Amino acid sequence: MSTLTPRTPQPRPGDPAISAALIAEHGLTAAEYARVVAMLGRDPTFTELGIVSALWSEHCSYKHSRPLLKTLPTSAPYVLQGPGENAGVIAVGDGMAVAFKIESHNHPSAVEPYQGAATGVGGILRDVFTMGARPIAMLNSLRFGSLSTPRVRYLFAGVVRGIGDYGNCVGVPTVAGEVVFDPAYEGNPLVNAMCVGILREDELIRAVAQGVGNPIIAVGARTGRDGIHGASFASEDLSTATDAKRPRVQVGDPFTEKLLLEASLELIRSGHIVAIQDMGAAGLTSSSAEMAARGDVGVTIDVSKVPAREPGMTPYEILLSESQERMLVVARRGREDAVRAILAKWDLAAAVIGEVIAEPVYRVTEGDRVVAEFPGSQLVTDCPFYTPDAAEDPAVRAARLTDVHAVAPRPEERDPAWTLETLLASPTIASKAWVTGQYDSSVRSNTVVWPGVGDAAVVRIRGTSRALGLKTDGNGRYTYLDPRVGGRIAVAEAARNVACVGARPMAITNCLNFGNPTRPAVYYQLREAIGGMGEACRVLGTPVTGGNVSLYNESPAGAIYPTPVVGMVGLIDAFNHVTRSGFRDDAEAAIVLLGEPTDELGGSEYLAWIHGVVAGAPPHCDLAAERALTDALLAAIRAGAVRSAHDVSDGGLAVAVAECCIGNAERLVGADLDLSGWSSLPLRALLFGEGQGRIVVSTTDAPVVLAMAGERGVPARQIGTVRPAAGELRIAIGGTRIAVSLARLAAAYHGAIPAAMGPAAVVQAAEEPTAAGSLV
Amino acid sequence: MRFGIVTFPGSNSDIDAYQTVVDGIGEEAVMLWHKGHDLGGADVLILPGGFAYGDYLRAGAIARFSPIMREVRAFADGGGRVLAICNGFQIACEAGLLPGALVRNAGLKFLGRSVRVRVESTGTAFTNAYAPGQVLRLPIAHGEGRFVADQQVIEELEGEGRVVMRYVDAAGDPAPEGNPNGSMHNIAGIINAAGNVFGLMPHPERAADALLGAPDGLPMFESLVARVAA
Repeated sequence: MSTLTPRTPQPRPGDPAISAALIAEHGLTAAEYARVVAMLGRDPTFTELGIVSALWSEHCSYKHSRPLLKTLPTSAPYVLQGPGENAGVIAVGDGMAVAFKIESHNHPSAVEPYQGAATGVGGILRDVFTMGARPIAMLNSLRFGSLSTPRVRYLFAGVVRGIGDYGNCVGVPTVAGEVVFDPAYEGNPLVNAMCVGILREDELIRAVAQGVGNPIIAVGARTGRDGIHGASFASEDLSTATDAKRPRVQVGDPFTEKLLLEASLELIRSGHIVAIQDMGAAGLTSSSAEMAARGDVGVTIDVSKVPAREPGMTPYEILLSESQERMLVVARRGREDAVRAILAKWDLAAAVIGEVIAEPVYRVTEGDRVVAEFPGSQLVTDCPFYTPDAAEDPAVRAARLTDVHAVAPRPEERDPAWTLETLLASPTIASKAWVTGQYDSSVRSNTVVWPGVGDAAVVRIRGTSRALGLKTDGNGRYTYLDPRVGGRIAVAEAARNVACVGARPMAITNCLNFGNPTRPAVYYQLREAIGGMGEACRVLGTPVTGGNVSLYNESPAGAIYPTPVVGMVGLIDAFNHVTRSGFRDDAEAAIVLLGEPTDELGGSEYLAWIHGVVAGAPPHCDLAAERALTDALLAAIRAGAVRSAHDVSDGGLAVAVAECCIGNAERLVGADLDLSGWSSLPLRALLFGEGQGRIVVSTTDAPVVLAMAGERGVPARQIGTVRPAAGELRIAIGGTRIAVSLARLAAAYHGAIPAAMGPAAVVQAAEEPTAAGSLV
Repeated sequence: MRFGIVTFPGSNSDIDAYQTVVDGIGEEAVMLWHKGHDLGGADVLILPGGFAYGDYLRAGAIARFSPIMREVRAFADGGGRVLAICNGFQIACEAGLLPGALVRNAGLKFLGRSVRVRVESTGTAFTNAYAPGQVLRLPIAHGEGRFVADQQVIEELEGEGRVVMRYVDAAGDPAPEGNPNGSMHNIAGIINAAGNVFGLMPHPERAADALLGAPDGLPMFESLVARVAA
């Protein structure tokens, strides 16, 4: 586009010479390096090598996933901003919009759990408020190894404290999430954080640099030597040498974040700025290059003007630092003082460090000296994309084809109550009050349904009569056994969960946690899982508005389970549709099962926790049936016929019903179930199989619920009665009678994680304030 | 009636207080920036929850030096009513407006959940709309909420009926099981000797809307309107 000859940057004194070893250390292949040389028409300087290394890292470039991500549906009439921005945005009526995004911080959390998790929260908050949105809710999705090892307990405790301390201080409620424990995550925990913000549609701002002559301003914390090359670190396998990379983990300062949040929203509303972006992964480099590329403009940055935390920082360090709580702003020319005044109010520093230029280059200077220069937007657009070989691991195929019904029951299983109690004590199923009790869920006074009280969180949109249903979901074990089915179920389960609180599923953000994509078995998982998610999103009408890909989640112990996580946003049209999951103790009610039990047992928590077996085909996921199911449930909720709704997932039907009975430790509610209609199914599949597309509803208006289901072709049957005073859960299946005291089940369910974490860790069950205006 | 809500850098429950005053009881609220010296003609002041200055040194330790605290102290000395919630309670203790201190929770963890507190005194300007002994459900959200004081102060507080709220268990008793953070005597909220500065760790301003649960915090704000207007 231009014949302009770039000024040739010269190496700085002290720069290491470019060598094959240095190139490899920067994570570039020989072919990628050749591409850089071709782009520049010369060898890069050390500084330029660092820039390319960061922007072409997997984390920033999505080079192994973008061709697959392009197959996902991204549009709907209400999608205001799809993938490619800091966060996706959807309209929710009354001129209001919701910005939301999920992101991983897996690698940092593996080496420094507290700061790794805290800065993960900080980063995703910034992604949302840079869209002009006020953050109103945080969610997370966590995976750890077995709680029986001290290392995992350390990681678990540190991550939870890190998430809590950051979000609590900034004043954004953490309202929902999921925590799963499985040995597959032993050396490589997953920490995915999601932020949801609210804005008026006309306040939406995009990170697009525009306007020649407009100043580029660095805002917020000073730039230090922390987190240099964090993006590249996140793009390689974890190894035994990983702990030595702890200095690549950044340190979070939630107080500064809070100031930055308020100042940024004030700046955006002031009209003094045209664009704003977080200096996140790859810091100043990626924020400036991406904003320039989106606007198709040139920029020049003078690193000597960047406020540094310490003297003597090189351009390389300043450009690649991932110091937290920094933003890059493109202001309108002449408004610099007005911008400074707003920041000064919040005691934040601002420095003009560059400007938008007409010349199509990405240029970095140190004073007058050019230290890096790339033509046009090629730095961003020339990154290579890969479609590696894909092939299923034969061992996984064999595991899937295993006949899990042949797994011999343990002797204790002669008493199904033992199995139920044991499953309720599985840390994956057990109450997470130990976790959520460390989060401030009530700040801003919008949280209608607290963690653990409903299948999803409900957060009211102030000033309207609407609320959001929010949830994260994903099942790595299913995805390992059958990635396409796992991808489908991640979306379908999230949709079910938000429907259970009365919300219509609207859109998702996704976080794809996988291993090393250059291995054919991993690329196969990635391709299939994304394919499955796309199918589900199309049928369920929930486009993908953005997300994050985290690859190279491998430790010396091997790859994690491929774990696609879905963050779902649903919309509740009226407050009286808000529905909780537990049975209510004020009256007897019919228990109706929407959907149909199956003989499926593969991939279940039952097999994993009771037998240590990860095998069999994960449950079939019929997407049309899932759509009909959520439609039927929402129709019944809108008709006022539903007192509680809880989806059947980990642990199957028996666990789902038990959770309805004992979820609230202070108010145990009994139930009688009669499952004799399915007595021909294997007992453990009926009780603990995880067949999809099922929801347990309690109702005093069963005919309405059954009619709503019938109209949509959803199998539905009354399977029992809520008995508030019974003190027991009783299940009849033909001649088999199971009766188990609620106190015993509750002790297992509420005690498991506190017991694993030690006596000092005992936290009473997080409990919602008693609803005065009773909502159905 | 006008409530003045002080925003320190790091306050985060100032918005909750504002919403409760304006939407909950339909009164007027003005936000007061910590760098100012103007109380905006407020009839009642609220020191809100949050993490003023990040609570990095010690909760409330820096905020008490904020410029506006000079006016807050003068307002309190003149008998003006000050409601100090959570971080505001911590600031009030640091500033000497209330006795005692709030230290790290006994369990060493941040606690975010609903608790039960019993109203121990309805003779205050902050609690006259409650019934004596009424048990409230209020949210807490704090890492440093364990109230401690020396024996003499505790005796004074108890002897003068200045322990206004106490954590209780499901049976309504101030038992250890009902005490989330290890506060001495299960103390959740205290008032100064003059009866015009009230500090508490739970968040009444977050329990003021039936949509979110029992609106047990609302009567506290109604009490203030009744008393000041009277």
